[in-house]
This record gives sequence, structure tokens and C-alpha cells, in this order.
Amino acid sequence: MWIFLVTEVMFFGGIMLTYATYRHFYFPAFAVGSNTLSLKLGGFNTVVLLASSFTMAMAVWSSQVGKKTLISIFLLLTIALGFVFFGVKYVEYSQKFHHHLVPGKSFNVFFCVDNPASCPDVEAKELMEESKLLDEAYVADKDLNAHAQLYYSAYFGMTGLHALHMVIGAGLLFWLLKGSLAGRFTPQWNTPVDIVGLYWHFVDIVWIYLFPLLYLIDRHK
Amino acid sequence: MSEQEHSEHIVSPGIYLAIILTLLFLTGTTISAAFVNLGRFNIVVALVIATLKATLVVLFFMHAKYSPTRTKLIILAGIFWLALLLGMTLSDYITRVDYRGVRFPISQVSQQLPAQRG
Repeated sequence: MWIFLVTEVMFFGGIMLTYATYRHFYFPAFAVGSNTLSLKLGGFNTVVLLASSFTMAMAVWSSQVGKKTLISIFLLLTIALGFVFFGVKYVEYSQKFHHHLVPGKSFNVFFCVDNPASCPDVEAKELMEESKLLDEAYVADKDLNAHAQLYYSAYFGMTGLHALHMVIGAGLLFWLLKGSLAGRFTPQWNTPVDIVGLYWHFVDIVWIYLFPLLYLIDRHK
Repeated sequence: MSEQEHSEHIVSPGIYLAIILTLLFLTGTTISAAFVNLGRFNIVVALVIATLKATLVVLFFMHAKYSPTRTKLIILAGIFWLALLLGMTLSDYITRVDYRGVRFPISQVSQQLPAQRG
């Protein structure tokens, strides 16, 4: 399992390298993009995911000490927290679609500032700040819209792949739950719980890096 | 169950609880740190905190601290290759200069006047 995880490290490592390079070249656009993300939703999801790692660790512990009902309870909690994460991610993604922040033909980083009526969920104060940031960034980078699109491509690519990993993880958790309800895991044999646990923690680690890289660029302005 | 193949060290729930609380505290720290202007060191602080969190997860949640040397070696090899990948490539990109000898990114050194975006 660890060898598989190392290949995953290199997989995500390559993507982060691409991100780092573009962030270096087009920093103003990346800072603007990051400031349009919701820190509340992102921070909440970070807490949710960390908590799910804790419940997963407790599920592994339950299987090691042979507390059979507790395994199922902790697995269910982990699944539930995973679905909370998906729910929040859905809200975030749909906001981006409404705000014309999905890379493609209709991408327009100035959309909410130019059409405040079409973005009722963004407060006037936030729009003011965003407008100021956009103007500053535009002075530094005339191709702001194109480069902000790069940021959003990185955002959707990285969070999308992370979410895909979580979907696979949730599937594995359901499979574990089936096994634990059948009473299959004992202190002598709990390898599946242990291994899926490693996978789930790895996905958590990916998010630990994605959160500051995507949500926390240049927040101090 | 030989000691070699199945040396399972059971980590107590108390340790897990301490780790999750530390992780949540560090999340708060990284968010607060992002609102302080540290110039180019903002990203350094963010990555140091993230690495600290990842290390805690690997050592305790993933039991690496109690794993056989073989497993530890695989983890270290992974980190080593990742460091090579990131270090070698970025040491190229972040030191590039253009034909005038001006460092990239150009946008930071250009002296453009504020203009209305069209």
C-alpha cells in the first residue's frame, strides 16, 4: 500500500509542480483567483476532512482491539463526514459556475464586479474589495483574464482529482462497512481496514496542501 | 503471528485525540498567518505548517512511527524523489531571466500606468 501511495505522491507532486510554476509566472492573477474563493467554505471543509481522518483512525483502532460495533460506527461517521465534504464542494463548484469562473468560453474574472445583480450571494463589501484587487492586478497583468483562467484550471483540476480520490475512498468505506457489519474484521485480521485507512489519510494529506495553496494566496490585502 | 510480519503497535485513542486537536489548531494558525503580510514568506509559513500537519498524519494516523524500517524507507524514498522533482524544476523556473537580464515574472517589473480595462 505504501508503494502505491508513493506513486500517488508523485502523481499529485507533478500537478503541484505545474501549479507552482504558473503561480510564479502569473502571481497577480493567482492571488486574485484565490481571493474569490470562499475561505469559510474551504476552512469548514478542511475541518471536516481532518475530523474524518480522526474517525478513520478510530475505526482502525476499533478493529485492532476487536470492538466490532465501534468499527461500523466510526466507518459510518467517516462516510458521513466525507459526504459533508462533497456537499460543501458542490456548493462551491455551483457558485463558480454562476460567477462565470469556470475555465472556458464564458470565463470572465470581472463578471461579478461588472454584473453585481447576477451575483446576489456576494456581499457588496466583498465586491468592493474584489474590484480593488482586480484593478490592482490588472495594472500588473494585462492578460489577467487569461491568467486567472489558469488559476481556475489548476483549482478545478486539483480539487477535482482530490474529490475523485474521495469518491473512490467513500466506495471503499462502504465496502468496509459491509465487511464490518458481517463481523469480518478481528484483531487477528483487519488488513482491509488498515489499508483503506492509509488511503483515506493520504487523501487528507493532499487536502492539507491544497487548502493553503489554493485558498490562502495573498489574503492580507 | 511472527513479530517481524505483524508487529502491530496499537496507538491509543488519547494520542489520536491529541493529534486531531493539534491539526485543528494548526489549521487555525495557517489561516491567521495568511492575513499577515509577510511578503514572500507567506508561502513559506503556509508550507511549513502544511508539512508539519502532514508529518503528524503520517507518523500517527498512518502509524509510520511504529512501522518497520522497510516501510519507513519507502516513505523516505517517496519524499526524496518528490523533493528532486520539485527542487530541480523550480530552481530552474524561479531563476529565469529574460533577454535584458530582468528576472521573471515581467509583470512585477513593468512600469505600466493604470489603465481602464476594456
